[in-house]
Amino acid sequence: MNTITASPPPERFYRHRLPVRVMHWINVVCLTILLMSGLTIFNAHPALYWGQGSSFDKPWVSITAVQGPNGVVGVTRIAGRQFTTDGVLGNSRVGDATTPTLRAFPSWATIPGPQWLSMGRHWHFFFAWLFVINGICYVLYALFSGHLTRDLLPTRDELRGIGRSIRDHVLFRHPTGAAAKRYNVLQSLTYLIVIFGLLPLVIVAGMAMSPRLDAVFPGWIELLGGRQSARTLHFLAATGLLLFVLVHLFEVLISGAWNQIRSMVTGYYRVPADKETT
Amino acid sequence: MSTSSGTGKKRLIKSGHPPSRVASRRIALRAALASVGTLSLAGCDRLSRNEGFVDVLKSAEKLSHSAHGLVAGRKAMAQEFSQADIAAHFKANGTLVPADADYHALMQGGFKDWKLEIGGLVEKPMAFSLTELRAMPSRTQITRHDCVEGWSSIGKWKGVPVSHVLEQVKPLASAKYVVFRCADSMDSPAAGGDSKYYESVDLDDAYHVQTVLAYELNDQPLPVNNGAPLRVRIERQLGYKHAKFLMKIELVDSFASIRDGKGGYWEDNGYEWYAGI
Repeated sequence: MNTITASPPPERFYRHRLPVRVMHWINVVCLTILLMSGLTIFNAHPALYWGQGSSFDKPWVSITAVQGPNGVVGVTRIAGRQFTTDGVLGNSRVGDATTPTLRAFPSWATIPGPQWLSMGRHWHFFFAWLFVINGICYVLYALFSGHLTRDLLPTRDELRGIGRSIRDHVLFRHPTGAAAKRYNVLQSLTYLIVIFGLLPLVIVAGMAMSPRLDAVFPGWIELLGGRQSARTLHFLAATGLLLFVLVHLFEVLISGAWNQIRSMVTGYYRVPADKETT
Repeated sequence: MSTSSGTGKKRLIKSGHPPSRVASRRIALRAALASVGTLSLAGCDRLSRNEGFVDVLKSAEKLSHSAHGLVAGRKAMAQEFSQADIAAHFKANGTLVPADADYHALMQGGFKDWKLEIGGLVEKPMAFSLTELRAMPSRTQITRHDCVEGWSSIGKWKGVPVSHVLEQVKPLASAKYVVFRCADSMDSPAAGGDSKYYESVDLDDAYHVQTVLAYELNDQPLPVNNGAPLRVRIERQLGYKHAKFLMKIELVDSFASIRDGKGGYWEDNGYEWYAGI
């Protein structure tokens, strides 16, 4: 007890500037709505193909339902293999309903809950605009404020320490002291992949599904393999973003959730003291 | 979520210590996250039924339309494909065979008595038989049909450009939209009331080179399932704009007074009028 009261109060460090905080929370709202309304749109034709057109008899992914001995069973087929996903994918209850409905993704994962394609599209396209505008603002801010070079690009030393960083992550060891003031190297590389890889891909693949945007330069969507490939890539990139969010939330929860969330609200982070000083 | 935080609280009280600040914060945070989750899902459904909010969401449609016009100008062409790309089976969707008696009569007569009427804001209202339309200059194009549901099918269409037909009837300067009236009732014809399919486009799309009144699919007379005897192709928009079973073309200055005023059957049911996305 004595040592704790005797130690200096933890250092309050201004870690996230206002523009980054504002844009972060706009992203939270947009990405949540985009993922969930996207599943509503997917549910209208729950199958994915490669190429320009749909090969209806052989999608590479499909979520459907089959007649089993005890009634209808929801199944998911991926590359010729079938998995029973009843209750979640293919056949699930909507809200408080007592009987299940044939639908690919369940109502708790879609916006709106009941299958309603036109409304899902309205949500999706409004928040897609907001998301893209927010993303452009972020990239410009990152370039011109120095956020990119100062915070996101790892230094040569940090890159050399990537092995240690992987070990720290696996052992759930969190940085302290000066190291806690910076993104760690795995973190900054992940952000760079998301910002300059997954996000541009999800946007371009989304645009490639627009018949009018295909006419910007006829044939440009061949670069993605055609319209149905673009739909597949849009889905895969969105899945990648969902995985990123899940890992991101996990890391926030295990590294001092309150401190982390507060720093993204007020900007101030309580720097965990180095082990030597405690 | 609420059960786990409840038991957590119980455990803390049992052990004789008041919940620490951190623990109570954690409980509050967990409960907050859980209620935000359920509330926001129910909230999204409630907002989806709030007209004012949906109007805000729909404002994106105008933004998309103008932005698309800037990057893909009014003459920009939809991609065309080669013979080898044509789908083995072109998927037919929507009404496959109209249930309407008058359509059946025309179909049984091989559409010999069918005529496409063109009227509204034009100098010279006219009507054309299938033979007359087939005698007009034609365009053949292999294009990809994109359904709002998400699938695509490639097919070869032959038809007369809408621009050619419009030149015959001479639209008035006040004409702003072209309305396509169809033979198929979307509700049972017996139910009474007008539920016949219709669509509309602006003059940019109507006069576009690839906008044709198609009477052939894949070198065969247009099958009934695909809209016989005539359907419109509006290649830079989604499938529901490509009205099938055409009966009449009407030039108007506004579609506000037609049915629910949104410019089409699916538009009246909540879909975007601009279906370029």
